[in-house]
Amino acid sequence: MSLAELPLVFALVGMALYTVLAGADFGAGFWELTAGQGPDATRLREHAYHVIGPVWEANHVWLVFVLTVVWTAYPLAFASIASTLTVPLFVAAVGIILRGVAYALHSGTSAPWERRVIDTMFSFSSILTPFALGAAVGGIASQRVPVGNAAGDLLTSWLNPTSLLIGVLAVAVGAYLAAVYLAADALRQGEPDLEARFRTRALGASVVAGVLALGGLVILRTDAPTLYQGLIVGDGLAGLAVSVLAGLVTLFLVWGRRYTLGRFTAALAVVAIFAGWGLAQRPVLLPGLTVAQAAAPEPTLIAVVVAVLAGGLILAPSLALLFRLVLGGRFDPGGAQRASATPPAQHTTSPRGRAGLLLSSAFTCLAVGVGLLSVVEIGWTHAVGVVALFGFVVLAFVGLAPADGDPFG
Amino acid sequence: MTVWAALAAAGPGVPPAVQEYLLQARQMQALSFVVHIPLVTFGIAFPAMILYVEWCYLRTGDALYRTLARRWSKIMVALFAVGVVTGTILSFEMGLLWPGFMATFGSVFGLGFAIEGFSFFAEAIFIGVYVYGWDRLSPRAHFASGLPIVLAGFTGSLTVISVNGWMQNPSGFTLRDGQVVDVRPFEALFVNSYFWRELVHMYLAAYIVVGFLLAGAYAVGRLRGRWGRYERIALAVPLTAAALAAIVQIPVGDWAARQVAEVQPVKLAAIEGLGRTTDGAPLHVLGWYTDGEIRYGIAIPRLLALIAYHDPDATVQGLDAVPPDERPPVNVVRVAFQLMVGIGLLLALLGLVYLVVRVRRRRLPESRWFYRAVAVAGPASVVALLGGWITTEVGRQPWVVYRVMRTEEAVTGAGGIPVGYATLALVYAGLAVAVIWILRRLAATPLELPDAAEVPTEGGGRR
Ligand code: HDD
Ligand code: HEM
Ligand code: HEM
Repeated sequence: MSLAELPLVFALVGMALYTVLAGADFGAGFWELTAGQGPDATRLREHAYHVIGPVWEANHVWLVFVLTVVWTAYPLAFASIASTLTVPLFVAAVGIILRGVAYALHSGTSAPWERRVIDTMFSFSSILTPFALGAAVGGIASQRVPVGNAAGDLLTSWLNPTSLLIGVLAVAVGAYLAAVYLAADALRQGEPDLEARFRTRALGASVVAGVLALGGLVILRTDAPTLYQGLIVGDGLAGLAVSVLAGLVTLFLVWGRRYTLGRFTAALAVVAIFAGWGLAQRPVLLPGLTVAQAAAPEPTLIAVVVAVLAGGLILAPSLALLFRLVLGGRFDPGGAQRASATPPAQHTTSPRGRAGLLLSSAFTCLAVGVGLLSVVEIGWTHAVGVVALFGFVVLAFVGLAPADGDPFG
Repeated sequence: MTVWAALAAAGPGVPPAVQEYLLQARQMQALSFVVHIPLVTFGIAFPAMILYVEWCYLRTGDALYRTLARRWSKIMVALFAVGVVTGTILSFEMGLLWPGFMATFGSVFGLGFAIEGFSFFAEAIFIGVYVYGWDRLSPRAHFASGLPIVLAGFTGSLTVISVNGWMQNPSGFTLRDGQVVDVRPFEALFVNSYFWRELVHMYLAAYIVVGFLLAGAYAVGRLRGRWGRYERIALAVPLTAAALAAIVQIPVGDWAARQVAEVQPVKLAAIEGLGRTTDGAPLHVLGWYTDGEIRYGIAIPRLLALIAYHDPDATVQGLDAVPPDERPPVNVVRVAFQLMVGIGLLLALLGLVYLVVRVRRRRLPESRWFYRAVAVAGPASVVALLGGWITTEVGRQPWVVYRVMRTEEAVTGAGGIPVGYATLALVYAGLAVAVIWILRRLAATPLELPDAAEVPTEGGGRR
């Protein structure tokens, strides 16, 4: 693999993780929509809602990650894709707004009708967004995005058999992943009836997704022959095979209620498909444009790789912490323990004199800062001036702070 | 010249794009910023205020602080969700509206956004931990889980502003036949004093906006008779931060003006409505720019030369220094700028009054007028914030990358922009209603104070 291809690997990993994580959040919305009415349905919805609560924002960032890596490392390809696939991308964007807003509003709803409206908006956008993103992927995979500013067809680039297939598949895969995860969470939370319902859904959805994926090969054969060739006889075959295998294993695991492992094999099935796509299409990115031709100049590629690896060093432990807390059940409803069980140390308020000292240092800082920033005309004094001004803000804030002497009690 | 044009010159098949609806595309971008930017001030400044209050709880053990921090964190998470989705729209728009810009310069500035992505990861992860971790983590661990949010709010805005700073004062690349060569991404983004100044000014602006908006809510409460210890603390913390930031914003704004004079003299001419290059140029307050001069304004002799160059006799470049098609729309820029500065001066005055009362009398101000002013200061600071960004962005027109690429070279060739614009406007209108609704709902949930007997609150606590 060359340097020019490395960022593309990052982007594919990002897309796969977005599908595995955020795709499952979308799937949860799908199950909320199909839950029906009545108290059972409400419980199912609440379960789906609570499980994604702490994670959906972090899951969503994978999409932002993919966008930024692609536009930095393959600017020409990014611009061609975005300008030709304007319609599905815009629809996805609107779906993302609706979903985020519905999520933010959910906690404020009280009357049942409010909740119904919000939940419907949430579910509707949970289907719209993955479909639109899948359709956009279909346009790229079937080589319908030429290089240039809006050079492709605004409609047929995403209204075509491959796009529709991948769009529907995206919704189905999300529903399948969600059902597996939700069943696992229900088991952990000791809700056997919910677990049973999600297990049925997981089994059903996995069959639907599997049939769509394999049946879809027929569509690819006529509509996207290059991709088809790559997947069936080319390098992509490995990815396809792993995906099918992982899908089957998941089916058995879910059947046997071994969800913890099932989570991972389900995710593997998705990741393998992305790998297969990448391998099948290699080295072409867009028609007439190879990955190497599309890549940004070398310093940029190096900078991206360094930034992603360094970012990953910070990201990995943080994500691990979040998922450990969530999957370990710490954030489950009713999981509240030791509500301020450890009352922190009591401090007596500090003497007036300290506040006075803080304030006079603060005003000294202010005078120094203004002098260095506004009177002296040398570059580096500006930096010192800014530091002094921030010093003023912090010192004065602490000097006036309520905790010191609490003048409002 | 763009990459597109270079490609068209190199071979057949890539026609240069024409866009009938450039103005609508620009307005669509502006609309999205106007929605995103006020929301993200809360991502920048709110976590620090919440953590400060939680820290007071850790120090004193007074559960009132905990109640306050917890209620604020609910507001934070709702606004964060909306900030995230509006920010995602902006990311999409970069490609949907400005593919020419992305295709040509993505390799130069894209890194800024790529680093930004990691800040958002950290922010989203730890907001999840923090907000769901009340009662579930030990007090200290919970407090610690908030620190990355503060840091990520800062680095997130840092990287995005580094991109804007690069657009204002581009460097770190060479353009040959429409293709960038010799790219130095770190230099382009971070070795740029224009950017560092924008960051300082924006960071302060975020504290001003969040501080006055929050304090304003409790000021309204006080005017309606809700004034317990809870409300006093809830008002004092953000108000203190905002008052101090507003005072510091004045010298920083003055620095900004000098920098604009140096780097973008045409923008300065637009800000001041200076038609002709003038020695010892005067400063005009108010008024309207027509036919190359300011009408109905108040002229203060030589002040512009003094402020911009620290020399009352300095020559200040006018709009006539560049051809008409390289001048920004003067009145938009000028009105936006005057709004920012006018409001900024008033906010600093308000901050000064507050500071003097706090230092001299060691209590909060008592006049009803003061609280009326604080109530107005919140929305006014949002106007100043947007006014500043309009000055910066519209004042840069017709360039998207200053003196390198014009906005019409950046725009997409795709049709349907008016449809997209109308749809987005509708969606944002709905979003605005939704945000107001959820804030009112959160405010209306009854306040559960730790020990009711100790806290004399008249009326139900709000917010
Ligand atoms: C609460 C918000 C706020 C307040 C009170 C002020 N500003 Fe501001 N201003 C901004 C918020 C802002 C901003 C965050 O919106 C901008 C846009 C770009 C930037 O870096 O900061 C800005 C830009 C900006 C610019 C344009 C810089 C450019 O084009 O790149 C100038 C010259 C000033 N400001 C000057 C001032 C002065 C002299 C002020 C004093 C009263 C002032 N600002 C108060
Ligand atoms: C071209 C301009 C911009 C783009 C492309 C952009 C992109 C984004 C994206 C994608 C997010 C969501 C990240 C997530 O999923 O968690 C976001 C949030 C955020 N943005 Fe922007 N943004 C832009 C302008 C700005 C500006 C002008 C500021 C402020 C100075 C800013 C500061 C933030 C902050 C602090 C957040 C965190 C979310 C929050 O706290 O509400 N962004 N932005
Ligand atoms: C990076 C790519 C960017 C592009 C292509 C871009 C382009 C534009 C354009 C064309 C406009 C419309 C100007 C007009 O209406 O005359 C605009 C407005 C604006 N931009 Fe940028 N910008 C970018 C980045 C940023 C960033 C990073 C920020 C802030 C950090 C920013 C802040 C704003 C604001 C606040 C407006 C609104 C001005 C108004 O209301 O008219 N922009 N931008």
